[in-house]
This record gives sequence, C-alpha cells and structure tokens, in this order.
Amino acid sequence: MNFKQLTTSMAIVAVAGLTATSAWADFDKITADVVKKSFQDKGTVKVDRLDTDEANRLCSAADVKGKPLAKKVAQKIEADNLKTIKWPAEGKFLGDWKEGEKIAQSGRGLTWSDAAGTPNGGNCYNCHQISKEEISYGTLGPSLYNYGKLRGVTDPSAAASKAIVEYTWGKLYNSRAYNACSQMPRAGHMGILNETQLQNVMALLLDPASPVNK
Amino acid sequence: MKKNLVMRPVMLAALMSIGLSAAHAQGSAADGIAKYREMLQDGNPAELFEAKGEDLWKQKRGPKNASLEQCDLGKGPGVTKGAFVELPRFFKDTGRVQDLETRLITCMETLQGFNGEEIAKTPFRQGEMANVTALATYVATQSKGMRFKLPQAHKQEKTMFEVGKRAFFQRAGTHDFSCASCHGSDDKRIRLQDLPNLTKNPGDGIGFAAWPAYRVSNAQMWGMQLRLNDCYRQQRFPEPKFGSDVTIALGVYMGVNAKGAESIVPAIKR
Repeated sequence: MNFKQLTTSMAIVAVAGLTATSAWADFDKITADVVKKSFQDKGTVKVDRLDTDEANRLCSAADVKGKPLAKKVAQKIEADNLKTIKWPAEGKFLGDWKEGEKIAQSGRGLTWSDAAGTPNGGNCYNCHQISKEEISYGTLGPSLYNYGKLRGVTDPSAAASKAIVEYTWGKLYNSRAYNACSQMPRAGHMGILNETQLQNVMALLLDPASPVNK
Repeated sequence: MKKNLVMRPVMLAALMSIGLSAAHAQGSAADGIAKYREMLQDGNPAELFEAKGEDLWKQKRGPKNASLEQCDLGKGPGVTKGAFVELPRFFKDTGRVQDLETRLITCMETLQGFNGEEIAKTPFRQGEMANVTALATYVATQSKGMRFKLPQAHKQEKTMFEVGKRAFFQRAGTHDFSCASCHGSDDKRIRLQDLPNLTKNPGDGIGFAAWPAYRVSNAQMWGMQLRLNDCYRQQRFPEPKFGSDVTIALGVYMGVNAKGAESIVPAIKR
C-alpha cells in the first residue's frame, strides 16, 4: 500500500479533535501541515517560496474570513511596507517607455519552467489596460490608459508632478505601502523588476511621449 | 492518431476565428471557444482519450492481469455513472479523501498490482500517468450532464473543505499570488482569457465543472491534477506533488462550491 503512504497528512486531519471553539485555529494548523507536506522543489523554485511575510499571512486570513483587516492593522502593514521603498539613484524616476512597453508585455520569469537568468517581465498587461494599441489586456486591475495625462503630468520633472511621480514609483516598488492587501505584486520589493526596469515602466506610464498618454 | 492529424487544420481555423473575434469585439474568448466546440461536435479530440480510457478500464492489465471494472469510485464496485460529480470524497479503505485521479491509482494498485507511488511520481502525459488521464476522462464522461453534489457528511470531507478554502486564499511566493488573485471575483480576465470565480458556483461547465478538458492551445488532455499543477506554476509557487492533500483539498473546496453546476466533460478549452 505504498500509495497510501504517499501522503500521510490525513493522519493529522483524522486525529485533530475539532471542538467548536477551537475549530478555526485547528483548521489553520492542519492547513499549515498539509501545505508543508504537499509541495516540492522544481527548477529554480524551492519550497521556501511558501515562507511568506506577516502581511501575506494577515491578508490571507482576512480573505478566508471574508472580512477586511482592522484599520489599525492595515495601517501598520502600509507603514512597514512604505519603509521598504528604495528610491531611484540620483532622483532618476523615468527611463525609456519603449523598453517599458516590452516589460509590461512580458509575463516571463520566476516560474519553475523559466530558466535561471531569464529576465523577468512585469506581467502588467495580464491585469491592466495600458496602451490603446494592445487589445489583449486583463481586467483584474484598473485601466492605466492615459495614466499620466489624466493626472495632469505634462512634464514629469516639474515640481508639480513630483507627488504623482513619487507615488507611482512607490506603488510599482511596493504596492502594499498604499493598500495593505493589494493584489498587485511588489515588483521592486520582491526583486521582480530591477531599478532600470522600473524606470522604464515608469516612463511608459508617465512620459508624455508614451503611447499611454496619447 | 490519424483522426487527430486530420483535425489540425480545423483547429487552426478555429483558433484564428477565436483571435479575430477577440480583436473585433474586445469580447470574451468564450464565444470563439463555443464556436470551436460547435465545429467539433462530431469529433471532439477529447473523445479519443475517452475511448482510450474505456479500453484501459476494461482491459486486463498489470502484474495481477485484472481489469478496473471492480474499482470502487465511491458508489460501489464498478459503478462509474455519477461517481465523478461526487468526487473528491472520503474512502473508508484508504482512510482518506481522494479525487478521481488518486482513486484510480488506488484501484490500479489494489486490483491490478501496479506500484501506485511510482505512477504518482511519473510526469504528466508519460507512461501510466497518461493512462490515468485517459481513465479519468472516461470515468468523468460517464457523468456528463450530471450536476456536482460532493458529499460533506464525513468529518474529513468537512476538514478538507476548510483546508481547501485556506489553501485557496494562501498568498505567497515572489508575486504574493493566491488562487483568489485570479479566481476570487466575477467577470475578470487575464489578458483575453475569462476567469471563473471559484469561491462560488461559477455556472454550468465552468471552472471545476470544465475538467478534464482537451486543451486546444497545446493539443493536450488535462485532468484536474495537471490543471492545478499549472496554476501553481503560474502563481510562482513550488510544485504541488501529484495527489497531495493540498490538491485534494482544493478539489473539495471548488467541488463543494460548484454544487449544482453541470459537468460538461470532456470539455474543450483554449
């Protein structure tokens, strides 16, 4: 009966005494044990990918309960994540929008089927409308078409643009700084995109010459 | 195989029409798929896998030279009709909740004498694992048109639902994704692909009720185990082991949520 031994975690499920009051915590514990036994390394992806931070744990628990986080908890997550943001060297927020478009298009990188060293994409179009030319876009996130134009950015280096330029950098770098349980990947904080790539995506969104702002 | 080759130009034309309709209407890819299904009414490629599965079910195979016709899929030995729409469920003999694919492997082990652990470690589409997929397609198709009604009476079935729910919302990895990132709300798309909301019954033949399915884009037959495996790959998670409890728990969660949804197996997907 080798196959029966393949997964032994059901034994945990069977022995756990579930009383009404402790059931919730017990289910959390059983889930943690099940998850620990269910995954394996593959390619460049190791099981330590599952070791996540407190914010993810709190947001997941809130999702299971179907209730948003308490305001105080959310504010703490946002404040902690805001501190992680690394601002660009020499205040250079914008790069090349053409390169940014390529990054926005690419969904490559960091899966177990990606070769080590594959440049990561931003996966942006999977969830957002961005330029008008690309009609194959997802709707999980809001449309970013005319992102800079709608926010009145005519000269990204002008003092009047400073607040929105900085917010956009921060949002790309670590979305949780502004929304505790944001569904958006933390592109800078988690090392998905490097500084140059972020500058290029910034240009795609904010450069008046970018097709996004036409 | 010959039948498969003949179908290629039809598929190509259908795929092109999917692309075109998307370009025209910004609409859902579902329309294109529906058209494609219609075109293939008399020759759904999944039927080849179903036929292969039927042969495998009835054929005497393995060290014990036995067929699977006495396999108990939850409704008694040999009962295939209606079994799929009640899986995953608890099985007394193994003492665990099992989905269709893991239960088939148990039968291959107990009735036919195969090494279940070895099969579970075989890559998808190879060797006996390819046979498991064909068998799952055959068994599932016996419940075509029936509605999901997973049992939740046993304590372990209830526990697996709760575990599945927690696994569904588990955010982790480089991208902080969970299953819910894509499948947690209504009417969303990734690129042009419609995403079912799997936290509730997403409708007949949608989500859990659409697998096993033949995938046009890669000409492969996928069961739920491979569907979940590829979801986790895209989530940037490590690989779920075949038949692991996290995959079973997710099956229970999605299956219970899909209560009343009609199974359209064998389905055709993008």
